[in-house]
Amino acid sequence: MTPATLYGLCGAALVGIGLYGLLTDPRVLRKIIAFNLVGSGVFLLFGVVARRGAGAGLAGDPVPQALVITGIVVAFSATALAVTLLLRLHESSGGATLDSPTDGGTAERPPP
Amino acid sequence: MSPVAGTFAAGSAAGGVWLVAAIAWPVVALLVLIAGGERHAARVGVLALPVGVAIAAMIALGIAGAGELVYHVGGWAPPLGIGLRADGFSAAMLLVTAVVTSGAGLYALADFGPPRDGHAGRATFAFWASLLGVWAALNLAFLGNDLFNLYVALELLTFAAVPLVCLDGRAATLQAALRYLLYALVGSVLYLLGAVLLYGAYGTLDMSLLATAIRPEPAAWAAAALMTAGLLAKTALFPLHLWLPPAHAGAPPAASAVLSALVVKGSFFIVVRLWFEALPGLANAAAMQMLGLLGAGAILYGSALALRQARLKLLVAYSTVAQIGYLFLVFPLAFDASAGRLAAGTALAGGLLQAVSHALAKAAMFMSAGLVAVALGHDRIAGLGGLARARPATLLAFALAGVSLVGLPPSGGFAAKWLLLSSAVATGQWWWAAVIVAGGLLTGAYLVLVLMRAFGEPEAAAIPPRPIAAWREAVPLVLALLAVLLGFAGLLPIESQSGAGVAVASGAMP
Repeated sequence: MTPATLYGLCGAALVGIGLYGLLTDPRVLRKIIAFNLVGSGVFLLFGVVARRGAGAGLAGDPVPQALVITGIVVAFSATALAVTLLLRLHESSGGATLDSPTDGGTAERPPP
Repeated sequence: MSPVAGTFAAGSAAGGVWLVAAIAWPVVALLVLIAGGERHAARVGVLALPVGVAIAAMIALGIAGAGELVYHVGGWAPPLGIGLRADGFSAAMLLVTAVVTSGAGLYALADFGPPRDGHAGRATFAFWASLLGVWAALNLAFLGNDLFNLYVALELLTFAAVPLVCLDGRAATLQAALRYLLYALVGSVLYLLGAVLLYGAYGTLDMSLLATAIRPEPAAWAAAALMTAGLLAKTALFPLHLWLPPAHAGAPPAASAVLSALVVKGSFFIVVRLWFEALPGLANAAAMQMLGLLGAGAILYGSALALRQARLKLLVAYSTVAQIGYLFLVFPLAFDASAGRLAAGTALAGGLLQAVSHALAKAAMFMSAGLVAVALGHDRIAGLGGLARARPATLLAFALAGVSLVGLPPSGGFAAKWLLLSSAVATGQWWWAAVIVAGGLLTGAYLVLVLMRAFGEPEAAAIPPRPIAAWREAVPLVLALLAVLLGFAGLLPIESQSGAGVAVASGAMP
């Protein structure tokens, strides 16, 4: 087994574990962590692609590394936004799950 | 290294710099808005609107002359650099985005206007910042030709759209925003995974170069499946629509208009680009019928749920779930079985017209539903009695938008559904024709239900309706009129791809 295959399988496993957590765990914080696991798996796959020097025949390919850096920034912003929303939700309702399906508001709303 | 595709050999076209302006202008306005702070947010936002409309109009004019605008960022041609590209479809979406964003901005001046007592709330700041952010991200999604660039556009779109859902900060809206964010994040990470696989297999992320390199093999199939699934979650196609109705329930009307009319179209646009331009030869009959089946499910399920809603706003939200379904009927109808690939033609023209006319009509509908809630103090459908007498202009806007949603002539919705229907007949796929007709009947049913209530007598305990400024009623009315008149206009900018089909439909109108 080449290192590239090993890293690829690790990436696939991370994506799988993350997706499982995202779909099954009702706690939002766990979902956010699971999303980060999926992201790490995708970035690892990107690294494998770079190592293989895809398409160019070079020893390494710099493009995926540039993309991974951008991807990490985006995933970090997403995590920050999600955690902020979760903190606000916890402050205002005391809960941290999405399991009470709600239509988000009542029929009687005070007009602005 | 892959050869440089023909369209890119010539380098950036003369009008290509407008493409940069379309993306940069909302970002510049957003930076000024952040520097100006809460007090000046509304002024900066409103001043940014007409310039953005002008830029979109310049691009549309350029497309009408040249057919296609290309810009290579920094002068680097793909695959080393990033290409921006606009065709008729991009121009139509840029224009409708500029018009609906401007409409939403003007309408929102009543809720999020300049401060009268020298103090504007954080919600005002958040609304205008999100509106400009959504606009920049959408323009990037309509112009990007690089799959990773489009990933960034999708994420920016999500980050800008999520705050619109929870502007009032109540627990229920925060929950809806989180649910939307999680759906969207799963969607974009799946999309990114697909993009990684494509890069690994073909060494490029540029769509024009991918189209020449792509081969039907497992890596491409897996990538296409992952990217499509991710984009469907963002577009809220049944059964991945669960985030959409709660997100609309607590959002202000102007925010709902932008979310429903524009934000879901951004990811739909990328699905169309991906399948029709990057991977047309990868399509097969089973996969395209599957996409059509999801669309049909959306039409029937969304319409049935809209019929059962007690609140006007949620009725309109479920109507969005249904109307998104029509967009995905394009895929089975545009599939050329003999050639084994997707072909741009009548079906695609119908889908694009549906995207544009739904954007105008649904924005008008959310805004008029918002005015109903202001006038009556509630938006229960059972309590709408007397509305026709109290607020005729608002009800007229709602009804005209409904004309386009149902698909009555001469509206844009009629032309769109006519093109889809004639394409279903021409390709012998009568089952999709049956779905389109059934969807039209159900849409008619839930809209007539609202109108019947509105023409009825007011409830005994009802409070007298509040007055509404005339300019506020004019905004949804203008948007609804545009949706209706779209059938006449024949959508000129799409000419390069599909002008023949639209012209046929206009000529066949009774």
